[in-house]
Amino acid sequence: MSDVNVEAGITVVVWKIEKETGKKVVEGDVLLILESMKMKIPLIAPLDGIIKEIKVEAKDAVEEGETMVILSV
Amino acid sequence: MFHKVVVANRGDAARRVIRTLRSMGIRSVAVYSKADIDTPHIEEADEAYFIGEAPASKSYLNQEALLEVIKQTGADGLHPVYGFLSENAEFATRVKDLGVGFIGPSPQWIHSMSNKNNSRQLMKENGMHVGLGSGILGTNAENIIKKGREIGLPVLVKPAEGGGGIGMFPVFEEEKLVKTVERARSQSLASFSSDKVYLEKYMPRPRHIEFQILADQNGEVRHFFERDCSLQRRHQKILEEAPAPLMKRSDMEELANSITKVLSKIGYDNIGTIEMLRGADGSFSFLEMNTRLQVEHAVTEEITGIDLVESQIRSAAGEALKDFLPKAIKPSGHAMEVRIYAEDPESFLPSPGKLNTFRPPIDKDIRVETGYAEGLMVTPYYDPLIAKVIAHSETREKTIEKLINALKEFDISGVKTNIPLLINCLYSEKFKSGNVDTDFVSKALNKKEKK
Repeated sequence: MSDVNVEAGITVVVWKIEKETGKKVVEGDVLLILESMKMKIPLIAPLDGIIKEIKVEAKDAVEEGETMVILSV
Repeated sequence: MFHKVVVANRGDAARRVIRTLRSMGIRSVAVYSKADIDTPHIEEADEAYFIGEAPASKSYLNQEALLEVIKQTGADGLHPVYGFLSENAEFATRVKDLGVGFIGPSPQWIHSMSNKNNSRQLMKENGMHVGLGSGILGTNAENIIKKGREIGLPVLVKPAEGGGGIGMFPVFEEEKLVKTVERARSQSLASFSSDKVYLEKYMPRPRHIEFQILADQNGEVRHFFERDCSLQRRHQKILEEAPAPLMKRSDMEELANSITKVLSKIGYDNIGTIEMLRGADGSFSFLEMNTRLQVEHAVTEEITGIDLVESQIRSAAGEALKDFLPKAIKPSGHAMEVRIYAEDPESFLPSPGKLNTFRPPIDKDIRVETGYAEGLMVTPYYDPLIAKVIAHSETREKTIEKLINALKEFDISGVKTNIPLLINCLYSEKFKSGNVDTDFVSKALNKKEKK
């Protein structure tokens, strides 16, 4: 198993957390819903794996490049 | 007339109203959130008050904080401009309850027009052409299919209390109707806190043509011609122009006059815009009414020479239209506005960031409205509009040329913008021909991807 950091591509605000730590996810699953400039943007699991850590909470402002979710794959 | 007005907005919207307040000798009060501490609209106002944290719900949508500013400053008017609380009947009522003038129509009109199903009904009863619709849908699948059949596919599923194209889907096959309605319902619930959705007849390749009106409190209504807002991406306008190209002037006049008649009959009492769709067959049908100043009001100001914000304020202060508007209003030349968004020009994904360079064109003949300046952050909290560029000249061709030059001159770095997309549209033969429908941008992009 290795860790994969899922990062913010742009500056966003976390709108909703869709999954919990420890959950199994498959590639394409929506992990979080982000919001930027009145647009909702889903954060997608890039690979199959298990959610090791969710580093953000709803309403957090996240900078570009910041890790939001760590997946064990 | 008002003495002091709170401008409950930010950015280009706030600056636009502050400018007119100043020219009228009315004191202006700006408000700002934590994300907007360095923005130009604060400096331009006579007074400025902090109203809360960056998220709009804590600041520009925070009714308590705004009402508190009114009380603290002793303002006798509030201008909501567009977006935020501009179409919130509850807020308008609360402002009025303080004995303060809400610069917009009466709350009853904001309320009855904000539900699209209601406004369609009201306009239909008063003789305006409205396309077939279902009324608010229940959850019974059989009934939904029945309604779909009555209208005839394709239909468009729409949230009744929504906007901006969110939760709006066309349905071409009956098997997909119920599922799509449920999808629209859940999106509407998430975005607008309302599960009310309805069906209307889907119009392929429509043009979006809207009519600017202003009413006073004595039942007089005047129109200021039409705007064509067909160039859109993700169902949001990116370019607006007046007059509408390729339309017969007599047809436009006739429509505008019938609209003013309806609004006068029902007793509408301030600024508003009637949005219509024109089908490929040339028929017009009522889409919705916006009970506020529009983002694109500037193109109308350019062709009429009338300050719509000033006119709106005078009407809200109780003045009669006949006392401040010219007897005859004539459109002159052709005006066009483009909206510069901080976003990727191909994926349309937002692009917040710092404006390392922000140099608008310096041509005095070009009107630029922006709430930003070099060095400021474009944050993820508000909409992506960072500037509007407006050109006006004798002909549509010259206006397009002027606008292309202005956009090429506009120097922005640090965030991505849709300027390349706008320039491409302005150069395209299809756009130059004037025959643009609301699918133009998505079709042009699809073609490019296929290559």
